[in-house]
Amino acid sequence: MDVILFLVFALIAVVCAINVVVQTHPVSSALSLVGVMGSLAVLYLLLGAEFIAAAQVIVYAGAIMVLFVFVIMLLNAGRESRKGRSYTVQLVGVPLLAAFFGLAAYAVQNMYGKETVTFGGFQGGGPKEIGEALFTTYLLPFEVTSILILIAIVGAVVLARKEID
Amino acid sequence: MMTAVPISWFLTLSAILFALGVAGFLFRRNIITVFMSIELMLNAVNLSFVTFSYHHKNVAGHLFTFFVMVVAAAEAAVGLAIILTVFRNRGTLNVDEIDSMKN
Repeated sequence: MDVILFLVFALIAVVCAINVVVQTHPVSSALSLVGVMGSLAVLYLLLGAEFIAAAQVIVYAGAIMVLFVFVIMLLNAGRESRKGRSYTVQLVGVPLLAAFFGLAAYAVQNMYGKETVTFGGFQGGGPKEIGEALFTTYLLPFEVTSILILIAIVGAVVLARKEID
Repeated sequence: MMTAVPISWFLTLSAILFALGVAGFLFRRNIITVFMSIELMLNAVNLSFVTFSYHHKNVAGHLFTFFVMVVAAAEAAVGLAIILTVFRNRGTLNVDEIDSMKN
């Protein structure tokens, strides 16, 4: 059962990720990316990360992707033009990426070949445990994050405002 | 019939998604799609974090994922504002045409 769940949602994630790269229209890419994020949320649930799964759907698939779609529609971004593309990057990039993926898969297989994941095998991912760790051990990073968000808000407003003169 | 998923499958899926994100970053010319490829790479890394968290039976990986999400949100807000400004000034979204720092 766990294997079927993993395979179905891993397949959805990979197909949607390929779609993100292949589609020429930005809106299609954005909607495919929502698919990747949704299926990753299900995989987080399988790994026992309930809070992160909820945050993934709310923050990533909800907030961030809506921001992307807003900007795409605001700029009226159309299809990508095909002219003037360099093929050097594809000639060099594809073998390098294949090599990276092969090495990563080989290393992962060697290091974690035997251990398995079962649903419910890890119980410490609920909001209670996350909250306890966040407000005790990771309190300083949490507070620094709030400053980062404040800077991001101010930066976004300053950058995106229309010049008034 | 297998009843449990090997942990390496999750990490391999993470590697696949990361490689696809890098591919999108390298091959796409639209600046918004390039930005979405970065989000794809961040998601792949998040999956690795949560998997390692399961492996070590420790909640720390979840918190790293949480912080990555927060940074991604901040990055998306600032990055999209920059894209907006670039489009307003240059009238294009193609990364090849935004080359004023080249010469």
